[in-house]
Amino acid sequence: MIIAEKKPIEEIIREVEAYDRILVLGCNECVTVCEAGGKKEVEVLASVLRMNFMAQDREKTIDERTLERQCDHEYLEEIRDVIDQYDAVISLACGVGVQFAAEKYMTTPVLPGVNTVCLGANEDRGLWTERCQACGSCVLARTGGICPVSRCAKRVLNGPCGGSTNGKCEISKDTDCAWQLIIDRLKALGKMDDYEIVAPVKDWSTDRAGGPRTVTREDVKI
Amino acid sequence: MSEYVSDSRLERVLKVGHLGVTSECGPPRGSDPEEIKKKGMLIKDYVDAVNVTDNQTAMTRMSSLAACVHLKLLGIEPVLQMVTRDRNRVALQSDILGAASFDISNMLCLSGDHQSFGDCAQGQNVHDLDSMQLVQTVRYMRDEGKFLGGDDIKRPPRLFVGAAANPFADPFEIRVPRLAKKIACGAEFIQTQCIYNVDKFKEWMRRASDRGLTEKVFIMAGMTPMKSVGMAKYMKNKVPGMDVPDEIIQRLAGVEKKHQAQEGIQICVEHIQELKEVPGIAGFHIMAIEWEEKVPEIVEKSGLYPRPEV
Ligand code: SF4
Ligand code: SF4
Repeated sequence: MIIAEKKPIEEIIREVEAYDRILVLGCNECVTVCEAGGKKEVEVLASVLRMNFMAQDREKTIDERTLERQCDHEYLEEIRDVIDQYDAVISLACGVGVQFAAEKYMTTPVLPGVNTVCLGANEDRGLWTERCQACGSCVLARTGGICPVSRCAKRVLNGPCGGSTNGKCEISKDTDCAWQLIIDRLKALGKMDDYEIVAPVKDWSTDRAGGPRTVTREDVKI
Repeated sequence: MSEYVSDSRLERVLKVGHLGVTSECGPPRGSDPEEIKKKGMLIKDYVDAVNVTDNQTAMTRMSSLAACVHLKLLGIEPVLQMVTRDRNRVALQSDILGAASFDISNMLCLSGDHQSFGDCAQGQNVHDLDSMQLVQTVRYMRDEGKFLGGDDIKRPPRLFVGAAANPFADPFEIRVPRLAKKIACGAEFIQTQCIYNVDKFKEWMRRASDRGLTEKVFIMAGMTPMKSVGMAKYMKNKVPGMDVPDEIIQRLAGVEKKHQAQEGIQICVEHIQELKEVPGIAGFHIMAIEWEEKVPEIVEKSGLYPRPEV
């Protein structure tokens, strides 16, 4: 899922400073699961903002709403009838949700309330780790199911680089070397011979390098 | 002679069967060429070629290509080091052609240290290709006379192509398969990471030779003299992928501080002499980091001087 992190409160306060009627808009999907932008976080942020402005003796309206998803027309439509009551929306959805809301409500500023970090997994309570960078042409079949694009600091496809030590990446003792993980898995699968298959020069045109990507599915279109 | 793929002196020395000797120079962190020229002149007659590092440890420096040209103009044969960290395939191929236009004849393909170690830790890295794919790219440009995109190159580059190997990085069991992979990609010579654990290195060489890899590639053993016990401890504890046995540290610690540098050189010379006897060793890559003035002494004491005429 998409992993996001709360923005520092000072930054949010700076962003909304100029507005008097603010809607804090959460999302019930990924950002709820990673505890950055669901109903609970909407409540907390709204109260912090209220307290902050109260302390400055400033009257502001700060309302709360959490949609099922912000990356879907259907749910975003739910605020169409109220959107004009606000000078700004602070969206706690991922970058996709923020943009989709902004596109839909052209004349209302929609500001991000979280930093969208990566596509990741929930490894442990309070620990999310990156697993994929959506490169658009998956190599996992060749790498023991471990992604070198997102998990190797240098994206090397024929690793490990010379910096791998004790299974850790050269960038930090706390970061696993993706290639150590790949080798461990190939060993477990009895497929060490696969290690010597050379990964050819990758076509990155399906990655961000090819420009914004679109997925069209004729079979599901109506 | 037709069996040569380039005009590289290093290639000739190795192919004739002499032990090759290379060293390295880091370009300056400024635009004054005198520094690199001075370093080059110190070692000119003692080595077959001089590697020029490419923004090593991710610190921004004069470009490796420009520094190579300065050396070349002094009659010193450069080995152009290229890392894949900073440039995409367009820029890399373009620099390869640029180097070839100056008849630079050797290239070493690397991925490069991560930018977080350098002076631009906030920068993007590129890694469009990895080091093995860069080897494939140069070989394709040279042997097929084509760009990666498939178009013909007018006057393709003639480069002797090398790669690095670290016999000590983890996991040890893939060190030889990884060498095999680099050779499969087209590496013609290999310069290794600094060797301090000679026994472990010999084990790696034995395994490489059992697989017939030493027949396919020229392996140059990487040597870096220790300046002090402090440096040895730093290398052991702080430099990723470095294997410094305790004996080395004890030996350096056992001599007075002012004699430690000499002891470091002595250790280096002993290691070279020991490794000269190891089957499959094609030469030595002496990386005396910011200590180039000691390279002649090491080369002489190791019996590698004078360099052969080829
Ligand atoms: S190879 Fe690409 S698509 Fe597959 S997991 Fe890695 S980044 Fe994602
Ligand atoms: S140490 Fe491993 S994960 Fe880190 S950059 Fe090198 S190969 Fe990639």
